[in-house]
Amino acid sequence: MRKVGVIGAGMTLFRRRLQETGKEMCFEAAKMALDSAGLTRADVDAVINGTAPDAFDGVHMKGEYLLDGCGGYRKPYTRVFTGGGTGVLSSIAGWWHVASGLADVALVVNEEKMSSCQPHPQSVFGHIWDPILDRPLKPNLVWIFAMEMNRYMHVHGVKKEDIARVAVKNKRNAVGHPCAQLADPNITVDDVLNSEVMAWPVQRLDISPPSDGASAIVLASEDFIRRRRIKDRAWMSGVGWCIDSTMWTDRDLYFPEYVARAAKQAYKLAKISDPRRQIDFAEPYDPFDYKELHHLEGLLLAKKGEAPVLTREGVTERDGDLPVCPSGGLLGVGNPIAATMGMKIGELFWQLTGQAGKRQIPHEVHTGVSQAWGDLMQYGCVVVMSA
Amino acid sequence: MTARVSKWPGVELSAADLLDGKVTQTRFRPDAKYAWSAGEAMSRFLEELQKGRLIARTCNSCDRILFPPRMFCEECFRPTDAWRYIHDTGTIETFSISYLDQDAKRIRDPILVGVVSLDGASPKMGMMHYFGEMTKDEIRIGMRVKAAWKPPEEREGSVLDIRYFRPLKKGER
Repeated sequence: MRKVGVIGAGMTLFRRRLQETGKEMCFEAAKMALDSAGLTRADVDAVINGTAPDAFDGVHMKGEYLLDGCGGYRKPYTRVFTGGGTGVLSSIAGWWHVASGLADVALVVNEEKMSSCQPHPQSVFGHIWDPILDRPLKPNLVWIFAMEMNRYMHVHGVKKEDIARVAVKNKRNAVGHPCAQLADPNITVDDVLNSEVMAWPVQRLDISPPSDGASAIVLASEDFIRRRRIKDRAWMSGVGWCIDSTMWTDRDLYFPEYVARAAKQAYKLAKISDPRRQIDFAEPYDPFDYKELHHLEGLLLAKKGEAPVLTREGVTERDGDLPVCPSGGLLGVGNPIAATMGMKIGELFWQLTGQAGKRQIPHEVHTGVSQAWGDLMQYGCVVVMSA
Repeated sequence: MTARVSKWPGVELSAADLLDGKVTQTRFRPDAKYAWSAGEAMSRFLEELQKGRLIARTCNSCDRILFPPRMFCEECFRPTDAWRYIHDTGTIETFSISYLDQDAKRIRDPILVGVVSLDGASPKMGMMHYFGEMTKDEIRIGMRVKAAWKPPEEREGSVLDIRYFRPLKKGER
């Protein structure tokens, strides 16, 4: 396998509604990523598109629809899709194109336009449930988070205050992010705890709401990076992904075993034997505040039940020992599902190359891990990147 | 890059811009309809529900009693072996008190919903369902519950043949 580096990244604003079409958003993000790497579309050997359920955009087979905006026209082009996991999986798909030697340069473009779906994208989220076992109960997607969060809180005796701290940290971290939809420098734990109860224990400020947005990264082989004398690069040193059974009512939801399996795969490739010591910062998937804690434990960066303690002690703050979601995450920047690659892979690149501006972690960092999660509480994918 | 870029692409719209037609737009309402054949395992499962019973499948390789029932074991990757009735009692594994309906609209009287692991199936195996005859202040993880069935003439072979799970009464099995 060849060594693969991220050499450019770009993203649009994340907003509840953007005027641009999905194709236009893809073009903006892809062009920015190529410009930042100093490349043109002619340098690109393969294009990967990541985008979540077709029903949001209202265009079936939207990989093909978005093609031109992604720069994939007349090139090897593939759409990958694993629900929320797409935000990291598409970069892994880019990695395997380059690592295998099939491509020297791969462009990965992720998009989500959730505002098109009326009155609220929640209505089409209902279609992910099993038609026989679940759908007659008229489920709402927030239920799965509520049920998982409640189980996690119950098993470890976690208090809601400790979970709310994650939302506060990430919405404050997002203040330095130029694309952020939900940055709030003044938010407090009480604001979260006093926000509207949606599906207890989930309250309004525990959730990242729907967004429109796109993001892109450029991947290249080590040879290409040397030949073109590209200075700003961060190596993708480990990748892993794993999915659990569709029978989600058959497993204990308090721990995401599938994330742990994906993490172990990625750590093995990255030669990481002690993740807590060898990883300097993390961008776990945080569509809900408890998910950051759940995923830190799945990523083996905290023991089971320990992530709320690390958060309370400030370890996961940007200037802490293990900064978590220095980008502001989905809670702070926004949640256009697949396009969250901008905070997950994009942020690792920007942090590791010293380009994160106001969000730059104040101490030196060499290795970061990002993770996304998706499908019906099933899917974990993990990328380790190193300076 | 984020430190070097001054203008980030994207033009924000308000809800009014879109819904009141202030921006050029186009609309479409899909009219898709589906009918699913329930398949081998679920057909039997639904027939048994209509009779007021819960049924599982056993796998002789991993010795699990699989619920919801399936014709193949995803772990051993072989056909499952036999049908086995399980009980309509169980334990609340987790729950939510939902003030949202299916379309994220707010509702006043919350829905109690969660996962119940069922007695007679392998540990932690169960189903999602509603809870009733308890208040939002009474429901708790670990509570013992029993299915409240619709009267036989109202059942139609659906998970809704169980109205909800209610607290198990003292001495009841």
